[in-house]
Amino acid sequence: MSDRPTGSYGRDRFFQDFGLVLIFLIVVGILVVLSPDAFARPANMIGIIKQASINGVLAMGMMFVIISGGIDLSVGSIVAFTGVIAASLAHPGEYPLIVAIVAPILVGAAIGAVNGVSIAYGGIPPFIVTLASMIVFRGAALIASDGSPVFGVSGAFEDIAGGFVAGALPYLAVYFIVVAAISALILRMTVFGRRVYAIGGNATAAAVSGINVRAMQTGVYMISGALAGFAGLLLASRTVSGSPTAGEGYEMNAIAAVIIGGVSMSGGVGRWYGPVIGALLIAVIGNGLDILNVSSYYQLIIQGLIIYFAVLADVKGKAGRR
Amino acid sequence: MASLPLLEMRGIRKSFNRNPILNSVDLSVGRGEVHALMGENGAGKSTLMRILMGMIPPDGGDILLDGKPVAPRSPREAMDLGLAMIHQELNPVLDMEVAENVFLGRELKRFGGGPLGIVNHGAMRRACKDLFDRFSIPIGPTVRMRDLSVAQMQLVEIVKAISLSSKIVIMDEPTSAITDREVDILFRQIDTLRSHGVSIIYISHKMDEIFRIADRISVMRDGTMVASDAASAFDRDGVIRHMVGREVTNYVPKETVPIGETALEVRNLSLDKRVDGVSFSVRAGEILGIAGLVGAGRSETVETLFGIRRASSGEILVRGQPQRIHSPGDAIGHRLALVTEDRKMTGLNLLGTVEENISLAAIDRISPFGMIDKRREHVWADDNIARLRIKTLSRDTLVSSLSGGNQQKVVLAKWLVTAPDVIILDEPTRGIDVGAKRDIYLVIGELARQGKAVIVISSELIEIMGLADRILVMAEGRITGELTRNAFSQEKIMELATPYSEVRHV
Repeated sequence: MSDRPTGSYGRDRFFQDFGLVLIFLIVVGILVVLSPDAFARPANMIGIIKQASINGVLAMGMMFVIISGGIDLSVGSIVAFTGVIAASLAHPGEYPLIVAIVAPILVGAAIGAVNGVSIAYGGIPPFIVTLASMIVFRGAALIASDGSPVFGVSGAFEDIAGGFVAGALPYLAVYFIVVAAISALILRMTVFGRRVYAIGGNATAAAVSGINVRAMQTGVYMISGALAGFAGLLLASRTVSGSPTAGEGYEMNAIAAVIIGGVSMSGGVGRWYGPVIGALLIAVIGNGLDILNVSSYYQLIIQGLIIYFAVLADVKGKAGRR
Repeated sequence: MASLPLLEMRGIRKSFNRNPILNSVDLSVGRGEVHALMGENGAGKSTLMRILMGMIPPDGGDILLDGKPVAPRSPREAMDLGLAMIHQELNPVLDMEVAENVFLGRELKRFGGGPLGIVNHGAMRRACKDLFDRFSIPIGPTVRMRDLSVAQMQLVEIVKAISLSSKIVIMDEPTSAITDREVDILFRQIDTLRSHGVSIIYISHKMDEIFRIADRISVMRDGTMVASDAASAFDRDGVIRHMVGREVTNYVPKETVPIGETALEVRNLSLDKRVDGVSFSVRAGEILGIAGLVGAGRSETVETLFGIRRASSGEILVRGQPQRIHSPGDAIGHRLALVTEDRKMTGLNLLGTVEENISLAAIDRISPFGMIDKRREHVWADDNIARLRIKTLSRDTLVSSLSGGNQQKVVLAKWLVTAPDVIILDEPTRGIDVGAKRDIYLVIGELARQGKAVIVISSELIEIMGLADRILVMAEGRITGELTRNAFSQEKIMELATPYSEVRHV
């Protein structure tokens, strides 16, 4: 945009917009220098996108929810439940492949709809509603799978996450890129996206301005649920099984990616590429530390500190602009 | 004049992001003096007071209290120095009782002080009751803050400031939400304080109040002190001239425009007991005023007809057709618009830009297949920034960085782009400066000229009498009278606004 305000305000805006990209590039740069052979290989780089993809898909859904002023703790359990469903429907020769693809997404969207309706119309806080469904659908996944992973999926099902485009680019990376692109389009270009920001910024003012806030809330949780269902499908395909204990803690990773990406926990503020970079950053650091032989115990501490400092920078940045 | 002033601020400077907000400002307040600080919003009054209260550090300058240099670094330190401020926007702890709010942060304790002392509720309630009795304010110390009206909360804040045994009490627009009767109570308290040697810095836009109580008047404009003298040395026009730096006629001359068909009719509208069988109509080209005291049910009436609140009964006819309005979306669909009273709570998304706020209510009209046509959105924003003279760096500026008057214009712009036939404005000029007020009056006049039906709710009688063709007066949820322009008088309106059951009020 040519008419950006100039002066110090404009500079603030620059760091707000591109500071995260800068941090990402610095981290990548450091790892390239430390480990030029292992880290900087193109195959490793593509592998990172693959590693980031399932968390990235969840983070895009989480982004809509958090910008709208909510939180969704249920996505990890939805991943497990829909993964079990996908695997159960993917035994060779039972159902057409499309059933195993569509069912988990629809089930995820339906769970999201229940979350959204309870929050919007029931008036129950998002944290409570999604905490409850996190527990309920973990249980549902255990019941549906009888407590042990569902194996015996078809080769075609395995290819959903396991295949490559042109023998080089993993499908998983492609799904992440497509989901991110569609999310970006919705958030930046559509009335829906604009209203997500509006209800997160001031739900009362949005309602007075004629926005159906409840329908919007239901919508964002449905998006989050549907993407969690999609992630469940991808994880089941990648692990060639539907495990009822899969996806534990995934909600926290998704929230971490969104927060690192500069989306405000109190809603109304955030850009689509923030969670994308957040998810990539988490994967890059995990990958880099693996290559550098840092124990996974220390990796947790490092990941925690990154979240802490990302939010600290956000809070300080906001205070400075006042 | 030989005695030392109680407070002297000398050469105070402050910049934000290299924009100078205060250019070497001097302010001198005598002991026991009511010192009115005037200026348009954005002139630097609040910044000066925030520096005095230790909320922000100055870039330069000195503060002398009783002749001794002080530099409060936090509101706490300022309070310990004997400075207290009553903010325009109150932030009481709603779930605590009145006494707890009055003693917030300095609770009376038994068994020693410190954070582990045990709060002595009984003593706090007794002390609070004594205070209220002394000022004859009929609020119980155990009432929960949440259950008070805005006006009552304001009184509690005032009592709280007084109870700090302050040397200087800063009052920022203390009367913006309280009724005339409560203003009288407040002014009596100010007189008492003055006689005890307490100084008051009084920030207000209301001229009649200023001339009623101020001993001295200081006027700021664009970060400079442009005039400071005894109140008797000023007259109303003089103060306005200093404030805006040019000659302005505060009130826009009333134009006569042809009055057309009935645009909106409300029959027997009720909302529990707060709105009680209200009926009225407004015609194209007409400006209908709704006057009344705070709490008379004016806002509730328009919020109910706009679908924000669910009416318990009543009928709404738009252009003669009965319509069901259950949500603001329905109302907008019938070409109604409501500029709500509280721009921060219900008007703006303060995290959004000027443009995003302007297009919020009508964005779907420029979005084929749900995709926003950004070019048309830019046109909307730029046209309205120019038309309403919104002072903003660009349409991409965050609306939170604008002054109150300009924020109010953004809310108005948001509703203008919905192209309404009926536009309702609830206290459209509350807490905004003279220049912005005038701009809003001009727009209201223009809307009537375009054949829109306009409803204006206002507690400022001069404003409503200047604008309206017809005034409805409300009290206790009912319409108590209707006056046509030739019958307007402040006395008549006040009489209708104050019902017989005065005793129950206060």
